[in-house]
Amino acid sequence: MIVESIRPLLAILCPAIGSILIILFSKRPNIRESWTMLASIAQFLIIFSMISTIIEGNIIKCTFFTAFPGVDFGFRIDAFGLIFAITSTFLWILVSSYSIGYMRSLHEHAQTRYYFCFAWAIFGAVGVALSGNLLTMFIFYEILTVSTYPLVAHDQTPEALFAGRKYLAYLLSSGCFFLAAVVLTYHFAGTTDFMNGGISTLAEASRGALMALFALFLLGFMKAAWMPFHSWLPTAMAAPTPVSALLHAVAVVKAGVFGIVRVVCYIYGVDLMHGLGLGLALACLATFTIIVANLFALAQDNLKRRLAYSTINQLSLIIFGVALLSPAGIEGAMMHIPFHGFMKITLFMCAGAIMVVTGKKNISEMAGIGKKMPVTMITFTIGALGMCALPPTAGYVTHHFFVHGCEEAGGTMSFFPYILLIAAILDVMYFFPIIYTAFFEKSEEGGGSKIKDAPLFMLVPIAITATCSIIFFFYPDLFHISELVETAVQSLGGVHP
Amino acid sequence: MLEWLIEEIFAKYNYWISITIMLIGFYAMIAKGNLIKKLIGLSIFQTAIFLFFISLADIGPTLRGTAPIVSEAMIHKGYVYVNPLPHVLILTAIVVSVATLAVALALVIRMYEEYGTIEEEEIIEKERELGV
Amino acid sequence: MILSVVEQFPVLVVVISLLSAFTILIAGWLNKKSCWFLSFSTILVQLVMSVFILNHVLTIGTIHYWLGGWAPPWGIEYVVDALNAYVLVILLSLALICVTYSKRSIAHELPHKIVPFYTVYQLLVTGLCGVVVTGDIFNMYVFVEIFSLSAYALIASRGKIALKASFTYLVLGSIGACFFLLGIGFLYSVTGTLNMHDLSVLLPPLYGNKVVLAAFGFFTVGLSIKMALFPLHTWLPDAHSFAPSEISAMLSGIIIEVSTYAFIRVCFSVYTVNFIKLLPIFDFLCWIAALGIIIGSVLAIAQYNLKRMLAYSSVSQMGYIMLAVGLSTSTHHALWGGLTPALMHILNHALMKGCLFLVAGAFIYKAELWNITDFKGLGRKMPYTCAAFTLAAISMIGVPPSVGFVSKLYIILASLEAGKFIFVAVMLLSTLLNLVYFWRVIEMMYMRREEREKESHSHPPANKNEIPLSMLIPVLTLASLCIIFGILWLTEIPIPILDQVNALFGLGRYAAP
Repeated sequence: MIVESIRPLLAILCPAIGSILIILFSKRPNIRESWTMLASIAQFLIIFSMISTIIEGNIIKCTFFTAFPGVDFGFRIDAFGLIFAITSTFLWILVSSYSIGYMRSLHEHAQTRYYFCFAWAIFGAVGVALSGNLLTMFIFYEILTVSTYPLVAHDQTPEALFAGRKYLAYLLSSGCFFLAAVVLTYHFAGTTDFMNGGISTLAEASRGALMALFALFLLGFMKAAWMPFHSWLPTAMAAPTPVSALLHAVAVVKAGVFGIVRVVCYIYGVDLMHGLGLGLALACLATFTIIVANLFALAQDNLKRRLAYSTINQLSLIIFGVALLSPAGIEGAMMHIPFHGFMKITLFMCAGAIMVVTGKKNISEMAGIGKKMPVTMITFTIGALGMCALPPTAGYVTHHFFVHGCEEAGGTMSFFPYILLIAAILDVMYFFPIIYTAFFEKSEEGGGSKIKDAPLFMLVPIAITATCSIIFFFYPDLFHISELVETAVQSLGGVHP
Repeated sequence: MLEWLIEEIFAKYNYWISITIMLIGFYAMIAKGNLIKKLIGLSIFQTAIFLFFISLADIGPTLRGTAPIVSEAMIHKGYVYVNPLPHVLILTAIVVSVATLAVALALVIRMYEEYGTIEEEEIIEKERELGV
Repeated sequence: MILSVVEQFPVLVVVISLLSAFTILIAGWLNKKSCWFLSFSTILVQLVMSVFILNHVLTIGTIHYWLGGWAPPWGIEYVVDALNAYVLVILLSLALICVTYSKRSIAHELPHKIVPFYTVYQLLVTGLCGVVVTGDIFNMYVFVEIFSLSAYALIASRGKIALKASFTYLVLGSIGACFFLLGIGFLYSVTGTLNMHDLSVLLPPLYGNKVVLAAFGFFTVGLSIKMALFPLHTWLPDAHSFAPSEISAMLSGIIIEVSTYAFIRVCFSVYTVNFIKLLPIFDFLCWIAALGIIIGSVLAIAQYNLKRMLAYSSVSQMGYIMLAVGLSTSTHHALWGGLTPALMHILNHALMKGCLFLVAGAFIYKAELWNITDFKGLGRKMPYTCAAFTLAAISMIGVPPSVGFVSKLYIILASLEAGKFIFVAVMLLSTLLNLVYFWRVIEMMYMRREEREKESHSHPPANKNEIPLSMLIPVLTLASLCIIFGILWLTEIPIPILDQVNALFGLGRYAAP
């Protein structure tokens, strides 16, 4: 059933209005930051209020105007879009609080610009989540790209500027491919609406054209950082840590992955993907990225860069899940979007906390830090366990789905769990040394056993996300996520193992 | 051969002449470095087009063309008046070309005051010296 | 024949503008300050008239005005249909914005030439309006020369190097105009008429005639010079970069577009679609335009002078328009078929480039900043101006939902329909090239620290040094219109105007099968 509602519009307006208020109150930091908090909370509540309608199997629509025949500009919220929206809006609240602690502790410059762009980035990300067709999605996708540039180049050092340039060059070129893909889809199918089970008219195009179109889509979603087009992500770690945490672990990169899932399930449809044999190709691409990213991660000493490679690995895990084209695989992929978001944001926020308190960025310098900052490092451990897919964390749950999905898919796919196993071992190989260094190695400076943890503004969000990561293991329905995932997979209909 | 020559060259001599003049003007505009010579070229070019227009009004050697004042008596005598429109058009076009020339000459004078030369090469060189 | 008031407007738009030009000259003699006011109010009145004209054309139909009551084809006729009315409104809006802007900037840049400036500016507007409203091809030539001559004078007004730029433009522009005149002569020699409508009736039986073909060639080359179509753009970069900024904005934003309008008029009103389809000329045009898009952008990347960079960007943008014109005969969709993308981009480019040049002028006005490398830290000093620049620049890059994005989308859809995938690639590549040269400026304005700032490392509230309000308002208006029109185009509200143009020329969905 389709429900007309303006709630999506209200939700998307929250950060937009918030950003204007932020600019207006640029001279008064306390008021400015309370607007950020207010906007984020309001947005989350609006998004959250839509859950009950969606779980009943409805779709919320909000159409503004028709841009082209068959292409409306508007929102269409289904269970899958809502998962992404909930994740990014909820984490925005936490990261806003964290940002306040981080930016003030470091006396960063241009804070107004920072909060302003942050709000617009969320605007873009939530827009991507809620959009009802490819064209709308493209518009928000580009807004997301442009608004995050000032955040990446925030430091304004030559390295940061280089990072910003690289970031834009990669993502806007990918935007061009995306645009080409959108237009071609429209050309072939006459519509770009997301439909459960794919656009039926698309199948009429020739096989070669569909293959090429899919390649264009993949290039268009370079935000998913699949290899070999990943190198913008580690470079973008030049950004302040809250940015890396929310945008480069959740909003931006997940927008890319979200797009791929959308295209696979709602544009092509599982049947067509099967018919074209694209599932296996996508799975191979994903596993290649998983393994190679993990190997790269091993070699990094800078903590944030190591986390970035871990992000690349985990993103491809989501792509892998959807590439299985089986219900459990897709379920796992959809579930991994929020779960990985919570876990990875914990890790990044920990990295930021370490930097704020000790100024250290490299793992080799972190000996004994666990004794100094116990809360931070314990939460870090929880996040790391999640990355390695070990219980009792959310990572274990989704890996369970992935393995199950491989079985369901059968054939060549049943070989893939072994690769996941190797990946998990590699994960352990680069996360556990950090924990070991932090807790068991003696600090070279010596004597520093005094506890001096991060400010509360930062510590509380970290604790919340870490707790959530554990709760997800025992109760995956927190924020109704597992219900939403089930609704989404059921509505896809024709998913045959 | 001779027939062709008569038909294509001699019968249309007016077009050939105006095209030749036009090309001379065009050459001067492109090849000459002196700004005044360029303008002379421009003038020649424009004049050639005027000639072309004027020759359009020609009604041939066998008829006797008069000024386009229509009177019964003249028509009875077998006079034919010349199409006046090309002349009128060219009057306008001459005004335009004079205006163009005036603006162009004004520019050249200002350039001469500024750079002390009207050779294009030298002006470019002086600009370069000024570091623009 | 009795005309309603609005039907008198086409001629009034030209006449009051012309009279105003001389009034300014006389009034300026007595009081220098009255010039701006006179010019501003005249253009405002013209704009109001043009809006009435547009409304009349859309609701009732084409306006025919016979000068002196002489019926065509003997007399001169002013014909205003959807195409002219649309271009007229754009032209006068931009002229109004530029004249508003010029109040302070001319007083600063050319304090001794205020009277001549406004006189010639008003003549420029007269010429442009005349080209747009006339239905007589020789009359069009005269008006083309009127606006060109005014433009030469205005470009030269800053003296020194601008003189050279103006001279080059004059020589090339005159060649273009002469070719146009020659084309008129050829057509006159075979048909004996100068009225466009009459020509379009008399020409079809002669389409195979060599003279008619040659005339078309002369029109194309002549107008291509005027609109700076690659590779005949060589005069443009100098002229646009050395002119006073409001004139640069007019040059890039509307003058070359009016030449494009003249070309479209000649192609579809004098000749017709049937003639165009006989020849592969539009295919050729597409390729030339595509080449221009790429090379214009590449050359823009090589520039360090902001205005010069914008000038090369105009070469590339003219390529967009001509590509869209070139595709117009092979597309039949209700939305992006026919001339719609081309006309859409005429408006869009006027908004974007107008804004960018005015901002460039603002930098010169405030601190004599010409080069991109000098823009460090401007984002703090001139926040509103820089914000306007950023909006217009991201429009040029084509970030949604700006006007640039909509143009890009429409042209891409049109090339897809025409089955020319290569132009899709060209458009996308051009996006990236635009990104390179515009982002460089944005980065410089916002992200680079000034040397002094680095030493102190503390961030004192930078002294704001914003341009006066009479310059800021035009800039911000254009910048916000870049976004507003982007959304309007997406909602398809203004499309019916362009649809009427297609109906007029038998293009797009009105094309004969």
